[in-house]
Amino acid sequence: MKALLEVQDLDVYYGGIQALRGISLKVPENQIVALIGCNGAGKTTTLRAISGMLKASRGSIRFAGEQIKGLRSHQIVARGMAHAPEGRGIFLNLTVGENLELGAYLRKDRESVAKDLETGYRLFPILFERKSQIAGTLSGGEQQMLSVARALMSRPKLLLLDEPSLGLAPQVVEKIFSVLKDIHKTGITLLLVEQNAHKALRIAHHAYVLETGSVVMQGTGAELLASPEVRKAYLGD
Amino acid sequence: MKLLKNFLPFLIGIPILWGIQLISPPHIAIILVNVGVNIILAVSLNVVNGFTGQFSIGHAGFMAAGAYTTAKITLALQDTLLPGLSPWLSTQTIFLMALVAGMLLSGTMGLLVGMPSLRLRGDYLAIVTLGFNEIIRVFIENIRWLGGATGLSGVPPYTTLVWVGLGAIATISMARRLVSSTHGRALLAIREDEIAAEAMGVNTTKYKIRAFVISSAFAGLGGGLLGHYILLVTPKTFTFIKSMEVVGMVVLGGMGSISGSIISATLLTVLLEGLRGLDQYRMVMYALLLVILMLTRPTGLFGTHEIWDVLSRYFPKRKAVQKA
Ligand SMILES: Nc1ncnc2c1ncn2[C@@H]1O[C@H](COP(=O)(O)OP(=O)(O)OP(=O)(O)O)[C@@H](O)[C@H]1O
Ligand SMILES: [Mg+2]
Repeated sequence: MKALLEVQDLDVYYGGIQALRGISLKVPENQIVALIGCNGAGKTTTLRAISGMLKASRGSIRFAGEQIKGLRSHQIVARGMAHAPEGRGIFLNLTVGENLELGAYLRKDRESVAKDLETGYRLFPILFERKSQIAGTLSGGEQQMLSVARALMSRPKLLLLDEPSLGLAPQVVEKIFSVLKDIHKTGITLLLVEQNAHKALRIAHHAYVLETGSVVMQGTGAELLASPEVRKAYLGD
Repeated sequence: MKLLKNFLPFLIGIPILWGIQLISPPHIAIILVNVGVNIILAVSLNVVNGFTGQFSIGHAGFMAAGAYTTAKITLALQDTLLPGLSPWLSTQTIFLMALVAGMLLSGTMGLLVGMPSLRLRGDYLAIVTLGFNEIIRVFIENIRWLGGATGLSGVPPYTTLVWVGLGAIATISMARRLVSSTHGRALLAIREDEIAAEAMGVNTTKYKIRAFVISSAFAGLGGGLLGHYILLVTPKTFTFIKSMEVVGMVVLGGMGSISGSIISATLLTVLLEGLRGLDQYRMVMYALLLVILMLTRPTGLFGTHEIWDVLSRYFPKRKAVQKA
């Protein structure tokens, strides 16, 4: 199957500390790929290197057939990749509506932007109710939804999600995951980082397990769910 | 139609400014000219410090670049009569071209200073602009062609209240257009969170540099106008103290509020003028006032709000021009 994103032998350093050690992974078009692992394994670092927020010192990142390693994030967004970062990265002093509009910053087609705004509000009705509210005054879960909705506003081919369920009540987690499935159905490819390994593996076509900056295991979501090691280390069995 | 809209403030401004100029006694006119120049400086600095969230503290360096360029040109062309123009029109045209040249040079300096420092995140700009301010002063003091430490004297008295008023209108229109365009959105995003702005697709470096260049050019305009009013261009006018005075105006008015900068530039200029009798305490009182204000109202008088936004809330027929 054609890979939309192909990462090979990626090394990333924070100063002298090596955070990624030769990570390789593939995200085929129209699939959901999950990245799981303990705290500090390097999941966030992987996403940040892919979306250009961090510089990788070695390796290759191909997106839609093009080498994007070394490009800056605004150039990568323009090529059709959106990143809903860890800690959400929303503009706290702007309104919900302004945040969403900024998500569509690079798009010129005003009509379809308006349509996507409607779609976003349909996915997350609470955001519609709060559209004139300052984003910093939203609850944590609402901010999380805003972050996902805003990333969608760029109409990405690939959406990188860093722990969209972090710190949310169980019903809200359910809601986020069902929205992720809806998003996938509209033809968007997802690369999903999750602590909630159970839920992530259930919706993922393929998954990678990260440990101290390396991929230690991979397989289909079902395979990893069944694997005794994964069950022991990440699913708390 | 759009063109008319852009020129409308100038067309309305000229007769009004002219009228004020006619009726103002000299000591009032001096204050008004100072107010105008300071509005130009504060609003243009706010474009960088308020809108992009960078911190420039070397505005006076760019004023110097504009002032010396403009003065050099008008001094050289003092006795020149442009063919086909009346003496008055010829002088005004030369002055306009000299001011534009000053803006071009100070804008270019802004590009040279901004390119290396705005590529990086963080507070490099503050350090670099501070250094630039000092370097340009020392440079001028050591160049005989620029009059050295005594500066250029005999600068022709071209600046009038009308000129300064038009300069202020131009600066305010520039700032408002910048904020209300899509670039304004980008600038706000940068001020809020640079990394997130970049993740939205905003080329943060490009916008920061662009805002900085525009801001520097208008500082040059302020410098040129000031020089042709006090009829003297010396390095002492453009020290770090002058830069801090402008920073004070921006902070007092509210970082990111154009109307705040206009009002605080006016208030502080009048206040400094009023304190002229107590010369040695002037800067102390000025500093004290800023400290008190920062303690009681840390976002400045207006925060990021604009008077015209508040007005449009009461007169909702007029569409809000911009979002704070
Ligand atoms: N800015 C930074 N400076 C230095 N080290 C960092 C920085 N960010 C992350 N690290 C280190 O890099 C390693 C990987 O961090 P990363 O954030 O990618 O982990 P993660 O898998 O996302 O963890 P979590 O599940 O807790 O979010 C960790 O050891 C972390 O301490
Ligand atoms: Mg993380």
